[in-house]
Amino acid sequence: MSQAAPDTRQGHIEVRNFALSYETIDGAVEAVTDTHIHVEPGEFVSIVGPSGCGKSTLLNAVAGFLKPTSGVVTVDGSAVTGPSAERGMVFQQYSLFPWKTVRENVEFGLKMGGMPKFERERAARTLLGLAGLEAFENHYPERLSGGMKQRVGIVRALATGPKVLLLDEPFGALDAQTRIIMQQILTNMWQRLKISVLFVTHDIDEAIFLSDRVYCMTARPGSIKAEIRIPLERPRQQSMMMSSEFLALRRGLMSLIREESLKAMGGEITDLGMQGLGIEFQGHSIADVL
Amino acid sequence: MSSPALMTSPDQAAASAAPGAAIPPRRPAFSARTLRWFRLNQDRLRSLLVGTASLILFLIAWHLLTTYRVVFFVKFTNVPAPLAVYASFTKAIHDPHFLMHILLSCRRIFIGFSLAAVVGVPLGLIMGRFKLVHEVVFPVAEVLRPIPAIAWVPMAIMLWPTNEQSIVFITFLGSFFPILVNTLHGMTLVDPVLVRAAKCLGAREAAIFREVYFPASLPHIFTGLTVGMGVAWVSLIAAEMISGQFGIGYFTWEAYSLVQYADIALGMIAIGVLGLGSSLVIRAAGQLVMPWRSR
Ligand SMILES: Nc1ncnc2c1ncn2[C@@H]1O[C@H](COP(=O)(O)OP(=O)(O)OP(=O)(O)O)[C@@H](O)[C@H]1O
Ligand SMILES: [Mg+2]
Repeated sequence: MSQAAPDTRQGHIEVRNFALSYETIDGAVEAVTDTHIHVEPGEFVSIVGPSGCGKSTLLNAVAGFLKPTSGVVTVDGSAVTGPSAERGMVFQQYSLFPWKTVRENVEFGLKMGGMPKFERERAARTLLGLAGLEAFENHYPERLSGGMKQRVGIVRALATGPKVLLLDEPFGALDAQTRIIMQQILTNMWQRLKISVLFVTHDIDEAIFLSDRVYCMTARPGSIKAEIRIPLERPRQQSMMMSSEFLALRRGLMSLIREESLKAMGGEITDLGMQGLGIEFQGHSIADVL
Repeated sequence: MSSPALMTSPDQAAASAAPGAAIPPRRPAFSARTLRWFRLNQDRLRSLLVGTASLILFLIAWHLLTTYRVVFFVKFTNVPAPLAVYASFTKAIHDPHFLMHILLSCRRIFIGFSLAAVVGVPLGLIMGRFKLVHEVVFPVAEVLRPIPAIAWVPMAIMLWPTNEQSIVFITFLGSFFPILVNTLHGMTLVDPVLVRAAKCLGAREAAIFREVYFPASLPHIFTGLTVGMGVAWVSLIAAEMISGQFGIGYFTWEAYSLVQYADIALGMIAIGVLGLGSSLVIRAAGQLVMPWRSR
């Protein structure tokens, strides 16, 4: 897509031959296998997949919190060995520091980078202004709504000027209306900053609406089942979600995910020993009904 | 005219409302504010009233039980009446000896408790962060912890050259373990997502400790300090009664030996007030240090 981008642009994520398994008492649990993904500089890429397929695992490995069992994760050619300020992250759980005000939260990364107090205060104010949060700079996070908390979380992650932004179901806990507003805000910030984004979600509409490309993962052990380009033009409007193009993409992704979700659930049903029960609904097997 | 109305006490407000009747336009606004003040502070006023009433009832019960020398399982025959205690209180506040007892006790608490906080909090933080320190210190702490500070009295007298030092040591011990254990507990409850968020923002080990682990543990540290302060007083009074020559605990015990029964109650009340005062100081410090937790 942005293949023609000049070399000066940063934020190229490359995940090759990636596999990661967790050590447990019952042996190794293979969470992700044989996965290849890449994000071009300035590209917005989403990962969707059934619950437990290893989306968070993959993202945490890119962030540097988990070491791959095999394979490599590189950003702009250098291997990821641990978390760093060049890869900003937004978590599903609200992760603002409760003991810092909104502005102090946004300042945190700059403070760690050694920026003098006066300068970073000004920088934080400017950023909060862009996100429409200047009126709340002296509030403690406890007094903010969920949507505002995540907005501050995004601003905080962007404050240090990272090459890439990683988001793990950041809007999962928000109501539908707030979600839509947050998607718009994220899109605006992304377009303004020209940063690479890797976005994990289980919401198909969200993935299509936001992304240039969507990876769909298989049930555990997760790997890439399909890669879908989203050719919808930008800037995208809410009304596009009713367009036939959008709906076609949605149908396609939906059936991919449904297949995998059924596989994932089938596994669990087997585990529960329900297969032997041979439950049938009006002559259909349980998988058909679901 | 209008903003101080928020501050005026109810009877002042009533008093100034009467002359205000001469200027009709101002009066309604004023009384509306007063009413709102009452409404906003309803709960606090209520508990203040009930609290005062309950204290008065307690005093009346005490008064009746002692003046009629009730004997009903327990004997109130020798128990001093509230008025007698008040009389000895008015005498005591002019008595430099009494004040010296109080000051000495406060000094012992201050030194013993401060040492416990200065050692206990950092030790708890470090134990929570570094596994090896935890593994080394924890078993010893667990063995020593259940021993009440009072049981340390004979050992303390042997360990320390002066009586004063052994009493401070016992006060220290009493508050040390609650502070250590609560700090450690706070460390184990730190939200790992916050630590990861800090790492993603470029924080190194020292910064994570300072900016995440420490503030995240503060609420539990203050719980530890509050509990520790309570135990410090318990230990101090016991130590003073057993081995002291001065201090409010010694004063109370001595009053019994000297058959000055009113002074027993006076000593007890003084201990209660001092204990209450010191935990209020800690609570105020907590609110000062953790502004994000007020409300
Ligand atoms: N620490 C761990 N130890 C063992 N197994 C784990 C651990 N963390 C995750 N897993 C397993 O690895 C698999 C992938 O987990 P992961 O959290 O990456 O899934 P996910 O796709 O993010 O799911 P969700 O959509 O529910 O967030 C899951 O089946 C999970 O049970
Ligand atoms: Mg997840």
